[in-house]
Amino acid sequence: MADLKGPDKSNRFEFIKQGVSRVIALGLGMLGGFTAFASRRSNTVWQIDPSKCVQCEHCSTDCVVSPSAVKCVQSYPVCGYCQLCFGYFQPNAPELTAAAENQLCPTDAIERIFVDDPYWEYNIEEDKCIGCAKCVQACEMFGNASFYLQVRHDVCVNCNNCSIAMQCPSDAWERVPADDPYILKHIPRQTAGLRIAPPQFHV
Amino acid sequence: MFELSSDKVMSKRFALISLVILTYFMSNFATTSLAEDVMRFPAPEFSTAYDFPDTTIPAPTTQTAQWIDVFLLTLALSVASWLAVKKRSRRGIFWLSIICLIYFGFIKQGCVCPIGSIQNVALGIFDSNYAIPMTVLLFFIIPLAFALFLGRVFCSSVCALGAIQDLVILKPINLPKKLTMALSMIPYIYLGSAILFAATNTGFIICRYDPFIGFFRLNGNAPYLYLGAGFLLSGVFIARPYCRFFCPYGVLLGWMSQFSRWHLAITPTECVDCRLCEASCPFDYIDKPNTGLDRENRETGVHRLGYLFAMIPVLVILGGWIGHRMSVPMSSYNNTVFLAEQVIAEQMDSALEPTLQTETYRSMGMSEDELLTKAALVRSRMNMGGWLLGGFLGLIFGVKLIKISTVRSRKDYEVHRSTCFSCARCCSYCPSDEMWKSNFVPGSEAYSQAMSLLEPGKFSESNTAKETVESKV
Repeated sequence: MADLKGPDKSNRFEFIKQGVSRVIALGLGMLGGFTAFASRRSNTVWQIDPSKCVQCEHCSTDCVVSPSAVKCVQSYPVCGYCQLCFGYFQPNAPELTAAAENQLCPTDAIERIFVDDPYWEYNIEEDKCIGCAKCVQACEMFGNASFYLQVRHDVCVNCNNCSIAMQCPSDAWERVPADDPYILKHIPRQTAGLRIAPPQFHV
Repeated sequence: MFELSSDKVMSKRFALISLVILTYFMSNFATTSLAEDVMRFPAPEFSTAYDFPDTTIPAPTTQTAQWIDVFLLTLALSVASWLAVKKRSRRGIFWLSIICLIYFGFIKQGCVCPIGSIQNVALGIFDSNYAIPMTVLLFFIIPLAFALFLGRVFCSSVCALGAIQDLVILKPINLPKKLTMALSMIPYIYLGSAILFAATNTGFIICRYDPFIGFFRLNGNAPYLYLGAGFLLSGVFIARPYCRFFCPYGVLLGWMSQFSRWHLAITPTECVDCRLCEASCPFDYIDKPNTGLDRENRETGVHRLGYLFAMIPVLVILGGWIGHRMSVPMSSYNNTVFLAEQVIAEQMDSALEPTLQTETYRSMGMSEDELLTKAALVRSRMNMGGWLLGGFLGLIFGVKLIKISTVRSRKDYEVHRSTCFSCARCCSYCPSDEMWKSNFVPGSEAYSQAMSLLEPGKFSESNTAKETVESKV
């Protein structure tokens, strides 16, 4: 059985050791207290601020998860439901069909559904999306900018040092509170106030 | 590229509606940052009922899960302390390390770990914009507190990085003392640089160059996977190379463990100097008795110590100056400084192709003054940090020299408290330990070693040791 009574206090070195030990314990406590004072109770996660994103493709190449935890999301209230979607079709696409040579998306991750003449709904199939932002860029340049990139937290492993954030040329990556983990277009942050419901268009 | 007029579907009949809807959108969302977005196409006017699908928002790991991890860390550390200090059970430590490797390594995929949390704490202290999450702070402090009282039990079995290396120790070799001395400076350099880089918001280098995270995630960039494989391969011969020669958290744990109140001991009773534990430590962290050795002339020793003490300020200033000289190249790792350097380089040399970074910077409309001020601020902080880092390393180097040149008398075999991982390998080698017999089954390496020690002339001082061993074998 090990001796759990502690070191012999009569020894000079042990005495000094104990003293230093207490000082360190105090210091550790103070450091903890000081940092705890400035700490937040909620954890943080990584997110992309779509207003800063420049669609550089680093999100698809630098993530430790493969395919990337960054996916394109569709902001339905912003979408124009265009028949000729610039995010969906290649420039100068031979015809407006779902054939691969017509699509801009390299992984066929955008689903195109007919809604109502002449409107088409575009959904992102996140299993296929690699976060290359080709559709995002096209939609920003020529459309309503309803496509944008977000970190999907069901995929993201929340690295302490996000390897995409390190490479981001426009400083669009930031740590956000885990209880409000998305920066959604046209939906104010929950922490900033009430969520506004997307407008409904019924005829 | 695109001919907007070719889109005949978006006909003019929607123009009026679009205007109305645009106004509606603008009024609704004027508060958001994206109100300036151009709505090139009007919102659709469906003839049938249509509900806008919701944008799904999968939730991240909940706060509760983080607190469960803190609880499990504390639990694992408590069990490890009990196994190492009280039970002295290598088998228990081994199985605990497997469990922790699976949970903290493969299931939690290694983030946040106490090693990386150093940087969160540094960033939390120096960057007022970053508030460190409470759970991460606890991950940093709890293992240190355990080390202060019970030794480095975190290293013994709770750390996933240590556990994965501990598994591959097959043929450990003893490295030359001088080499290990030189290599033991690396963790201090790593720790200091990691704090400096985190404090200047340059990056988290401990996480970036973590060699094993790729294995835990079964995924990763090729260079880092090769790095990890290299560590594991060399770990077959050089026991736990990352822990001993790189781990920055090990430095902090060592400082704590040095003053630990209770610590794993080789022998449960009194040491009989039988030497059986000598070769049991694959890390070479067992200090041998030195009472029988010749002692050098006292005056020479005092003189040398005097010189070494006088050298410390010189080393600190020299180190600080080197750190100061290194600060400019180091600051290039900061994105802001790197961008400013590129922008200036492109102004000087018009032949340079603009990079993605500089193009982005120009499109973002940040003024050059603002960028250069920001970069200069980082540089000045890096310069200050360089002085401090260099001075710190100079001090550590000086203290190490003094430690080498001074010897405290020691009459028994003892673990080297500041470095001992508390892995409990040595425990069952002690003939006074209950588990001893299990280690010395005939045919095992330890057994033949023990027998060779029993040969005449091997025991120089103690006869009781010989008798103890003889009576037990």
